[in-house]
Amino acid sequence: MVKKVTLFYSLLTVAVVALAGIWANELFLEPEKQTFLVGETSHGHHQIELACGTCHQSPFGGGEVLQDACMGCHAKELKAAHDSHPKSKFTDPRNADRLEQIDARYCVACHREHQPDITRDMGVTLATDFCVACHLDIAEDRPSHEGMGFDTCASAGCHNFHDNRALYEDFLLQHVDEPDMAATPVIAAMQAYVNAQQPAPKQAPAPDYPEASFQVTEIEKQWLHSAHATEDSNCSACHGEGEQFKAQPDALVCVDCHQPQAAGFLIGKHGMRLAVKREAAESYPLNPSLKALMQPDARLLTPMTPAQGRLPFKADVHGESLTCNSCHGAHEYSLGTSASVDACMGCHDDGHTNQYKASPHYAQVLREAAGEVPAGSGVTCATCHMPKVESEEEPGVFHTLHNQNDNLRPNEKMVRSVCLDCHGLQFALDSLADPALIDNNFQGRSKVSIESIQMAIERVKE
Amino acid sequence: MKATKLWGSLALAGAVALTAGCGGEEKAAGVDPQIMADSLFAVMASDRANYTKLIIKRLGGEAGFIKPDEHWEDLDNGAPLPAQMFRFGAEAVAERTDAFTYSLQSLWPINKQNAPRTDVEKTGLQYIVDNPGKNYYGEEELGGVKYYTAVYPDVAVATPCVDCHNKHKDSPRTDFKIGDTMGGVVVRIPIKG
Repeated sequence: MVKKVTLFYSLLTVAVVALAGIWANELFLEPEKQTFLVGETSHGHHQIELACGTCHQSPFGGGEVLQDACMGCHAKELKAAHDSHPKSKFTDPRNADRLEQIDARYCVACHREHQPDITRDMGVTLATDFCVACHLDIAEDRPSHEGMGFDTCASAGCHNFHDNRALYEDFLLQHVDEPDMAATPVIAAMQAYVNAQQPAPKQAPAPDYPEASFQVTEIEKQWLHSAHATEDSNCSACHGEGEQFKAQPDALVCVDCHQPQAAGFLIGKHGMRLAVKREAAESYPLNPSLKALMQPDARLLTPMTPAQGRLPFKADVHGESLTCNSCHGAHEYSLGTSASVDACMGCHDDGHTNQYKASPHYAQVLREAAGEVPAGSGVTCATCHMPKVESEEEPGVFHTLHNQNDNLRPNEKMVRSVCLDCHGLQFALDSLADPALIDNNFQGRSKVSIESIQMAIERVKE
Repeated sequence: MKATKLWGSLALAGAVALTAGCGGEEKAAGVDPQIMADSLFAVMASDRANYTKLIIKRLGGEAGFIKPDEHWEDLDNGAPLPAQMFRFGAEAVAERTDAFTYSLQSLWPINKQNAPRTDVEKTGLQYIVDNPGKNYYGEEELGGVKYYTAVYPDVAVATPCVDCHNKHKDSPRTDFKIGDTMGGVVVRIPIKG
């Protein structure tokens, strides 16, 4: 009997120690910590949710540590959006009673992670009527708002908590009675980008790949017809030379020369996994040094794959790694519709994507290709989701914003950066507020009518 | 030798701690909150008047070099309004220290969030309107912290002040004149209970 008890406790001890060892191994050594995930994160963070340290920078940190992590990645976009509710609005002691209801000094007051059952669009976890906490008496100041439910404040075309650049009253009034379509619909930034393109080099240098290293005939042909056919971007620029030569360069080899593009890619859903370093506090964009990420050993996670995404993707690409080459190719270095349409449609398999080639936007792409309309008239997937933006450091220089989420949620963020180049504000707000129209990729007219502009007009009359 | 170093280090640390402690006590006891608030307001009011007169009035308006506007970020050569400039200063200070806070409020605010909220704010703003040239001082407890709260008159010092407030579609009062008390600067200093 004693022997049986002893054996039982011995086995129990071994089992506990083994289990502790397995957990400790995952906690301290494994890059992804599935066992310790306390609940799925939102659509914006699930790609890196198993790299706990990216947000939980210290195991002993409280709200301030999390807040620093939030702002480390999102501060720049909030500033660019002229954030309507920055932390600084709530730190004055006169708001102490309000903070007892919603402590809006911290992102997690509204965006709690690991709460999939209560997480709504934009990762919001508060009840939909949260505006009431501070704006209960809004109807006294805005009679037009009398009777409106506080769960309708954030309806499409009305108000956003952070980004109201296309929705504030004076802006609405500047765009009264605009036609649905501009006389010459052209995306101005795209036109500037196209006009600034350098002509292809007249004579390419001899490619400097190692002799007899591999079959290069087709590759050489592709390279010779690409913008990379220069001395500065010869084979060795990406593949290295001598003992450093690599037949397969690292996934982030492009970063060295294309930093503005890489910066967007690495903060967006396509590339954020590659931005997580083993030392979490060194991850981009907490630490804006991009070159450090070019060391594969420094990165914690493998590239994103469609299989890891939450949107519908084509089955035959589920296992494909998402790197620069996924959209641009390695040697032909695709631009144009190859990268801005075909690459997107090669993976995404939702209604909006699959209806694109029947859309009026794609018809403009075909007209532009036929020379019937000016350069910049076509609207590709990337025109809206990866728009051309002017460089802050070099005014007049445009590059592609590779963070596909930057102007997507809420979708009114797209109005000023894209839609208004071709459409009137009323038309744009109506269209972006109609989910069915978005799903069929804007074939037809919106069945939704946003009253914001009319309400702004009435406000002036008051 | 090691023991000597250890005792020496402890003695030095103790002396530093005592000195720091004494210095801290002296500072806490030595600054009268009213003098501190009055001094802070003197800086705020001077900067605010200078920005209004030397920048907004001189370079904006008919001169047209800059465009003072609530939505200045959307304009070429846009410039923040004096009230916004004041708020930006308050927000930048709040990021640096919690030793004091300040804000611009009014009984007739263009943005309703700038109406008085606490009892001291309401009393103080009414007092400075009813008693031109005088300040209001009080104490209040907010969020479990006791504050010395001072309210100073914010007087219209230049035509852009009254023009903007009188013409703005959201302004509840449209008959301001130069010299009127348009609102108040509220300065708060946390004090021990």
